[in-house]
Amino acid sequence: MTSIIELYVFVLAAFVGFQVITRVPPLLHTPLMSATNAISGISLVGSLVLAGASRDSLSNWLGFIAVTAATINVVGGFLITDRMLKMFRRDEKPPPGPAARKAVPPGETAR
Amino acid sequence: MNARELFIQAIYLAASVLFILGLKSLSHPDKARLGMQQAALGMVLAIVGTLFNHEIIRFDLIGAALILGTVIGYPLGMFVPMTAMPQRIAISHMFGALAATLVGVAEYHGHTGPVPRYIMAALGFEVLFGALTVTGSFMAFGKLQEFITGKPVTYRGQNTVNISLFGVAVLMFVFLIARPESSVVFFAMIGLALLLGVFMVLPIGGADMPVVVSLLNSYAGLASAATGFAIQNNVLIICGALDGASGFLLSVLMSKAMNRSFSNVLFGAFGQTAPALAAGPGAKDLTVRSVSAEDAAIQMAYAGQVIVVPGYGMAVAQAQHVVRELADVLEKRGVTVKYAIHPVAGRMPGHMNVLLAEANVPYDRLYDMEEINSEFERADVALVIGANDVVNPAARSDPQSPIYGMPILDADKSKGVIVLKRSMNPGFAGIENNLFYAPNTSMLFGDAKSSLTRLVTEVKAL
Repeated sequence: MTSIIELYVFVLAAFVGFQVITRVPPLLHTPLMSATNAISGISLVGSLVLAGASRDSLSNWLGFIAVTAATINVVGGFLITDRMLKMFRRDEKPPPGPAARKAVPPGETAR
Repeated sequence: MNARELFIQAIYLAASVLFILGLKSLSHPDKARLGMQQAALGMVLAIVGTLFNHEIIRFDLIGAALILGTVIGYPLGMFVPMTAMPQRIAISHMFGALAATLVGVAEYHGHTGPVPRYIMAALGFEVLFGALTVTGSFMAFGKLQEFITGKPVTYRGQNTVNISLFGVAVLMFVFLIARPESSVVFFAMIGLALLLGVFMVLPIGGADMPVVVSLLNSYAGLASAATGFAIQNNVLIICGALDGASGFLLSVLMSKAMNRSFSNVLFGAFGQTAPALAAGPGAKDLTVRSVSAEDAAIQMAYAGQVIVVPGYGMAVAQAQHVVRELADVLEKRGVTVKYAIHPVAGRMPGHMNVLLAEANVPYDRLYDMEEINSEFERADVALVIGANDVVNPAARSDPQSPIYGMPILDADKSKGVIVLKRSMNPGFAGIENNLFYAPNTSMLFGDAKSSLTRLVTEVKAL
């Protein structure tokens, strides 16, 4: 039964993911990739337990490597995302051309 | 569920919400930074919460790994230049997939008693996609960093080999679900998946990297979602699904922007078929008009509107700062400068945007293909910097061309086109570009950065 609930969670999360990410403009696609990378470091919730549980030492050491790899993504990923997002700034002067520009959802850009 | 577990689950739920809000904030550049900082807070919460897990009894390895990861991760976050971003992203997919794969191996190895079938299915999926992503991402990293050739590596029967290898891996996976105890098959499948990752990326060339990097992003996400199923952890399932959805969506967008299907990118080996068709009709009889920096500068300085079309060449020459300098001197003379960004310009989704943002170009000057294409007709000059296939009119007009049907930037429709290019060698895909021979096009040969520097000097001197 639990596995069915997990399937629900997966499908709904994927659905939310599609909805949210469709709205990210192409402008921010690189920060989006580094952001999802940083968030994927959440695999720490599994690897931390492995590294610290009282199982055999092989599990502990595999956990150790996994924690290291995931931490690299968390630390590096959030830092580099922030570094990139800091660079995106608006012009102080009014933008040229038609004033009413809005971010076009990427789904409509690549037709 | 006891109080401690309830507490941990509450933290995981909070973290999941913060992650989704963080990704949502990326829909606008002004809100994005704060949103991602909140997501980072969510991550810290999740890590701290996990440390309360009753199973954790020793903290020596955890502490050491967290410190080691931070020591390696910090420079990867703070000091990697923006031009190296594609390979930086590729290698981080490797780390993510490595973590997922190792958790899978450890869970399989340390499982007490027989592994239930559905857990086995999750573990198998996890290590299969995880291992494939580890080596695949490393190959992508190598190609982008250029210690592995960026050209497609192909041989006769390559697709047959790859598909059979994948078929065997899938058979092993099915066998494992039937017989979870066969650990030899489990490890053989991992070995095969590692090999498959290498073989899968070998035939892929530099220009197709945006699709592959996005696809690997998706695989890494799916592998961690599978980890979530295996260890029954919802936050992991949610993040894996988000990551997988994001990577999948990006790879679909990138494929569309090249007018190619997934399978064509993975099995097509673009650069291989192109040379046969390279001698486009009539291309050889046409002449190229070369222009001096001085004349090009005059053309731009007296223009009403200049549209800059950056491509991978700009990234290679690290010319983004000089581009901005040129735009500054032109704007001082009253010229309107805009930037036209093709979705697959560069080696990764959004590559050009990040480089130009680094050079302090305001983001409201960066236009997507759909927004800018109608503007070219009104532009006096389209300045093409190290871009080739994304402005090749053959994509619109020549059904014989390998890139026929790919949406392009209509740079050829502007009154004048100035192309900055190293030489007349065809671009990455080896396809002749008729834009270079068009009567309204003039070529300014040389390294993009030094050409631009000369242009800045000339415009200033006017």
